[in-house]
Amino acid sequence: MAKPASTLTKGVDALNNWVNDRAAVGEFYKKHLSEYYAPKNFNLWYFFGSLSLLVLVNQILTGIFLTMHYKPDAELAFASVEFIMRDVEWGWLIRYMHSTGASLFFVVVYLHMFRALMYGSYQKPRELVWILGVTIYLVLMAESFMGYVLPWGQMSYWGAQVIISLFGAVPYVGEALVEWIRGDFFVADATLNRFFALHVVALPLVLVGLVVLHLAALHEVGSNNPDGVEIKARKDESGRPLDGIPFHPYYTVKDIFGAAFFLLIAAFIIFFWPEFGGYFLKPDNFVEANPLVTPDHIPPVWYFTPFYAILQAVPDKLMGVILMGAAVMILYLVPWLDRSPVKSIRYRSWMSKLALGLFVVAFVRLGMLGLSQESSTFELRLWTFVYFAFFILMPIWTSIEKTKPVPERVTS
Amino acid sequence: MSETEALDSEQPSADLSRRRLLLGTTGVVGAVGVAAAAWPFLASLRPSARARIIGAPVEVFIGNLEPGQMARVQWRGQTIGIMRRTERMLAQLPDLNPRLRDPESAVADQQPAYARNVHRSIRPEILVLNVHCTHLGCVPQVIPEVGPQPFDADWRGGFFCPCHRSTFDLAGRVFSGVPAVRNLLVPPHSFIDDDHVIIGVDYEGAS
Amino acid sequence: MNYRQVLIGLALVLVSGFAMAAGKYGNLDQAGSNVFDRASLQRGAALFANYCMGCHSIQFMRYQRLTEDLGLSEDEVLEFLAFGDQELADYMKTSMRYEDGEAWFGKSPPDLSLTARSRSPNWIYTFLRSYYLTDDGWNNTVLENPAMPHVLWDLQGVQRAITETREVGGETRLEIVSLELDRPGMLSPSEYDAVVRDLVAFMEYVAEPARLQRERIGIWVMLFLALFTFLSYLLYQEYWKDVKK
Repeated sequence: MAKPASTLTKGVDALNNWVNDRAAVGEFYKKHLSEYYAPKNFNLWYFFGSLSLLVLVNQILTGIFLTMHYKPDAELAFASVEFIMRDVEWGWLIRYMHSTGASLFFVVVYLHMFRALMYGSYQKPRELVWILGVTIYLVLMAESFMGYVLPWGQMSYWGAQVIISLFGAVPYVGEALVEWIRGDFFVADATLNRFFALHVVALPLVLVGLVVLHLAALHEVGSNNPDGVEIKARKDESGRPLDGIPFHPYYTVKDIFGAAFFLLIAAFIIFFWPEFGGYFLKPDNFVEANPLVTPDHIPPVWYFTPFYAILQAVPDKLMGVILMGAAVMILYLVPWLDRSPVKSIRYRSWMSKLALGLFVVAFVRLGMLGLSQESSTFELRLWTFVYFAFFILMPIWTSIEKTKPVPERVTS
Repeated sequence: MSETEALDSEQPSADLSRRRLLLGTTGVVGAVGVAAAAWPFLASLRPSARARIIGAPVEVFIGNLEPGQMARVQWRGQTIGIMRRTERMLAQLPDLNPRLRDPESAVADQQPAYARNVHRSIRPEILVLNVHCTHLGCVPQVIPEVGPQPFDADWRGGFFCPCHRSTFDLAGRVFSGVPAVRNLLVPPHSFIDDDHVIIGVDYEGAS
Repeated sequence: MNYRQVLIGLALVLVSGFAMAAGKYGNLDQAGSNVFDRASLQRGAALFANYCMGCHSIQFMRYQRLTEDLGLSEDEVLEFLAFGDQELADYMKTSMRYEDGEAWFGKSPPDLSLTARSRSPNWIYTFLRSYYLTDDGWNNTVLENPAMPHVLWDLQGVQRAITETREVGGETRLEIVSLELDRPGMLSPSEYDAVVRDLVAFMEYVAEPARLQRERIGIWVMLFLALFTFLSYLLYQEYWKDVKK
């Protein structure tokens, strides 16, 4: 028993050396896993980064298999989705994994972003990590919007109609721009075909590239933590952070547990509640696209509704579009709007806590208002105001609030 | 990383056997999960329900098929030839045996058991053949006439594949010395009545 | 910490928001259909073939699948469900021509493959029980002025609307308060409800045939993932014994 094992070990070692002489795989493994030191005090909120990656992989994998059966043709698209649901073996599972994954992607990304806001993970020296993250979010919005058009149901069609028309608000070139995006005089086969190309090839490539950069930027500066303490500031004789633990095995086993729990929830939705009460798959999208019949109510998918509500709050098309765009773009400025000397909300005053709390309420409330047809204009404007006030007033309250002393070492 | 090098913030655990056990168990269960999850993806590539239905049996009317004539139909994307052979054609089949690679149709899966005979058919005169060459899938020409051919000076009638010059006799048996090594396939088939043959349904007993 | 309380409050707001968005079509009756009840599906299929397929197709459904999922023999499907000389491999399409539908009803009868998903089973159930006869013909309280006449009237009988004059925002309007059975049909009201329930179950099945497998497999997947989550939790706890708190 011992002899063949040792031959095997030798073989593995030799292969290992051969590879490492040609590509620094071992170095990569050390830098990003076994000798990447992460703070030991990560809490629940730190699961959502690895979960986002898990969902991204799920979307790419299920997406590839859906592409093998889907037909990007206005005449065939709707029927090809039903073909996947009925005639392709396990097609229904792959489709539900993809549709549920899309919504869960936004769930984990929103929680991941909230974590960053709460613990000041965008502050110096992590501005670039944040900027790349916001860019990922932007691309993800485009990716999911185009993906939503592909089943070519009524909501796909009219959602595309509404969203593309937003570009018509651009002065002078608006109409030409809209026509150029659609590739026709209405949302048509050409639109579907180009959205398919962007959804399955172009944007996924960009997304994966950005995720690699996001992680590279993070591993350059190291992870923040719930205390906002820089663990690199205190190291032992061999140069390892005192409050750091190797990502592998400690955070790999922890993230595997997190992933398993997440999959349990995802499986419940996929197998027992794939429409999720009409939030993940809308009833109207089970009706094939019909340019002659407009549905009574065209709300976007839930993850876009906060921005859709901001659009509704403004009584002017161009201003509404500008404000909606600004609501996303303002995220880029957060690292410079926050003047606080401390990162984590734990060591900030009631002002920061109240501001973040109000911001979250505004975001969620706007999301709900954006879904409904009969939202009061007053409420729309109130929460839009709160949303923007959070960012615009950030330099003020972060300058004047009295912060608590930050401990030298992380707490548990 | 070895445990002796542990950091200030880590302490090696005393119970390494429990750790190994858990690692093994979780690893095995995880691997089972990954394998199970891979199955639906791989299975989704098999012919869909639609493809399987399109691949359903095909019924062919042969009442008007003249002796020596071959009809062609499509079954699962394959060209199936149905030929009514003459007495003369059948009579010379045994004479060709020395020139054939597999005269007795010894390779079992190239025809159903009920077609493993000298004429390779249920009824001697009715030949049902998947006419795709067993070399690389081209469809050979039927040349039923007896007489010298550019590729065979002593041609007794049969199939000639223009792609790589493989030749088969009028029972679809392959000649020696050509690129193809197996006889043409006989698809599962049976007779509904004297004038109707059905491709894709196995023949059960004498009718 | 007070942001935790904020989070809990948020969760509550969210839940109430979900509940609020639920009622799209107002008050619908509960169909109580069961897509896993094979006998109900078989009865529903027969009803659908007799009463609906004269005009409506289920264009995404093949007869052949009914033999697999409903436990019917090929002969039973062809004899009782298939239309005219249709075969097992065919899609369940009506023999009515598109132009005829437009001429007879004003618009061609819609395909019903996905109606249970686009409208909901409760909607179909309520709709089929809410026809009433007026002097101008059939009307329906769920879908006003439907192009479709009440095809099940011989089963249900004839309902008439009981109206009441009401003040709504300063206007007096005649409103329907209930429907009353004016002339009984072949079935009693509870028998009729059961028949409609079978029909709804069949339409639910047709809208998503995979559901029969989906939930059955789902239980095993959940059990497996629960086991894996438990094991990975133990593993995580084991490794983290190293980490000093």
